[in-house]
Amino acid sequence: MNYNVNEKGYYGEFGGAFIPEMLYPNVEELRQNYLKVMAEPDFQNEFNQLLKDYVGRPSPLYFAKRLSEKYNTKIYLKREDLNHTGAHKINNTIGQILMAKRLGKTRIIAETGAGQHGVATATVCALMGLECIVYMGEIDIARQAPNVARMKMLGAKVVPALSGSRTLKDATNEAIRDWINNPVNTHYIIGSAIGPHPYPDMVTRFQAVISEEIKWQLKEQEGRENPDYVAACIGGGSNAAGTYYHFLHEDNVKIIAVEAAGLGVDSGESAATSVLGKEGIIHGCKTLLMQTNDGQITEPYSISAGLDYPGVGPMHAHLCKTGRAEFMSITDDEAMKAGLELCELEGIIPAIESSHALAIFSQKEFKPDDVVVMSLSGRGDKDLQNYIDYFKI
Amino acid sequence: MNRINQKLQEDKKLLSIYFTAGYPNLNDTVSIIQDLERNGVDLIEIGLPFSDPLADGPTIQGSSTQALKNGMTTEILFDQLKDIRKSVHIPLIIMGYFNPMLQYGVEDFCKKCQEIGIDGLIIPDLPVDVYHEEYQATFEKYGLINVFLITPQTSDERIRYIDSVSNGFIYMVSSASTTGAKSGFGDEQTQYFERIGTMNLRNPQIVGFGISNNQTFTQATKYAKGAIIGSAFVKHVTNEGVHSIDSFVKSILE
Repeated sequence: MNYNVNEKGYYGEFGGAFIPEMLYPNVEELRQNYLKVMAEPDFQNEFNQLLKDYVGRPSPLYFAKRLSEKYNTKIYLKREDLNHTGAHKINNTIGQILMAKRLGKTRIIAETGAGQHGVATATVCALMGLECIVYMGEIDIARQAPNVARMKMLGAKVVPALSGSRTLKDATNEAIRDWINNPVNTHYIIGSAIGPHPYPDMVTRFQAVISEEIKWQLKEQEGRENPDYVAACIGGGSNAAGTYYHFLHEDNVKIIAVEAAGLGVDSGESAATSVLGKEGIIHGCKTLLMQTNDGQITEPYSISAGLDYPGVGPMHAHLCKTGRAEFMSITDDEAMKAGLELCELEGIIPAIESSHALAIFSQKEFKPDDVVVMSLSGRGDKDLQNYIDYFKI
Repeated sequence: MNRINQKLQEDKKLLSIYFTAGYPNLNDTVSIIQDLERNGVDLIEIGLPFSDPLADGPTIQGSSTQALKNGMTTEILFDQLKDIRKSVHIPLIIMGYFNPMLQYGVEDFCKKCQEIGIDGLIIPDLPVDVYHEEYQATFEKYGLINVFLITPQTSDERIRYIDSVSNGFIYMVSSASTTGAKSGFGDEQTQYFERIGTMNLRNPQIVGFGISNNQTFTQATKYAKGAIIGSAFVKHVTNEGVHSIDSFVKSILE
C-alpha cells in the first residue's frame, strides 16, 4: 500500500485539485515546480540553514520520565513547541517562502485560525522582506488578540474574514478569493496539509523534518530508529503529516491520530472529522469532511482553534480509510486535563492542540516497554487565557 | 438538439442572467425564471447555493448564505423546478459547486436535470480533466451540456483542450477575479477578447464577470456571442425586490 501522494495528486481516493479555472495557472505552476525546486541543492542548503540557525532545529526529542512513570510506558515528546514562533508551523512557512521567492512571487497571503500559522507566515515575510496579508475570521481575531498583535508587529496586514461563520474555514475561503484576484504576483502559503494538490504533499514534505529527526534522535536514545507508536493531534493535519512521514511505510510503527471531539462526538459540537465526516470537497481537495446531507459544509467546534476545522488533510483521510492510522477523539475536558497534567509532571505548558494528543494516555493502554513518540506541536503561551478561564486560575 | 445549441444558432447577441435559487425568498425561484424569460432574457443560470462559494465575491456569497438560511436544498430546488418546462422555453443551466452534486450523486443529479428539462451545468470547481475522465459520459447520457470557464491567464493549449471537451459554449471570464469584483473593461480585456476571437474555437464564447449595465453588455458582446450578468442582477433583486425584474432587463437591452 502506498500512503504517499501518487502522480495524479491523490492519496487513494482522496486529494486531487478541485479548483476554479481562475486558480489553475497558479496551482499548475506550483505543481510543475515544487519537487524540482525542493531538490535543488541551493534550496536545500538555504532551507536547512534557516531551520538550524533561525528556527532552532533540531528540536529536542525529550524522554518524559514522570509522564512515562505515571502511564507505565515510555513516552518521548518531540518538542516542536521550542521552535521559533512556538509551534511546528514555521517549518512549512520557511519552506514555502523560499519556494515563493524562487517562483518570483512578491506578495504572500495566508489564512489563520488561532493565529499560529499567521504569525509563522508574518515572521518569514519579515525575514525575506515580502508583503504579507493574513486572512483571519472576525471571530478568531476577537479571541486571539495577542497573535493579531504579533502579526501586526511583524508587518503583516490582518484582514478580517467577514463571510460565513467568520472562522478558519472562511479565512481560507477569503485567502483563496484573494489568490483568484491576484494570480500573477502572489503566493498562497497554506498552513495545513490541505488544499489542492500539490499543497498537501508540499506541506507534508516541509514538515517531514519532524520525523526525519525523530529517527536519528531515537536511535541515539533507544538504539532503534522506529518507535512502537507515533502520535499527533490533527486539525488539517500538518504536524501529524510531518510526524508520520518517515514512518508511513514502516509496518512495525503504529500511527495514532488524535482529533478534537469538542463537547463530545455526538454532542453536535465537535470537530471529529473521521467519525462525523463523509467524503466531500473542501478548499480544493477531496477528503473527509463534516457536512450536511445536502453537501453544505458545517461548522465544527473545539476549544482548540487549531483543531477547529471541518475537514482533514487527504493523506489522513486515506490513513483513516485504509486503517493505517488509529483515529481517537478527545473532548475539551480530557484535553485540558492532560494539558495541566503535563505542566505539573514535566514543567511544560502545551498548546491546547497538543494537549489533545497527550490525553490519549488516559484513554488507551500502552505496554511498559512500548516506545511512544508524541509530537508536542506547540507551546501554550497563546492559550493562556483559555487555560485561565477553564481552570479559573 | 439541446436548447442551448439551438439558442446559440440564433442570429443575435445573447443575454444570460444568473440568480441564486432561494433568494431573496425560498419560493421565488419559478417566478424569477418566468419574469426573466418574459422580459427577453435568452438563457438563465440557476444558482444552487453553497456554503463555501470560493469563486464568488460578497454579493453572491451573501445571496447564497441567505438562500441556505431560507432552507434551500438540492431536493427543494428540483421540486420547485419540476413543472418549469410547462411555462418556460429558454435554456436553463444550473450553476453550482461540486460538493452538493457529489452528495446528491452525480448520476442521480444529471438524471434529475434531464427529467426537469435542465439543459446544462456550470460547476466552477470541477476541473475539465476530472470531468473528462470521470463524468463526461454521464453528462452526455442525460443530454447535459457542461460549460467551462477560461480566464485571461488560461494558456492557448488549455483553451484548445477545453474547447475540445465542450459542446455548447465557453464561459469567458473577463478578468482574473471573483464574481462582482470589477466592473467595466479596459485594454487588457479587449486584447484578451480579441486573442480568443482569433483562435477560431469550435464553441462560441459568452463573457461573464464585470458586466452590469447596457454599456458593458454592449462592449462584451462586440467580441462574443453573449454576456452573463450575475452579481449586478442579484444586487438589483436585493435593492428593488423581485417585482422590478422588467426594469433591470430593459436597462441592459435598451
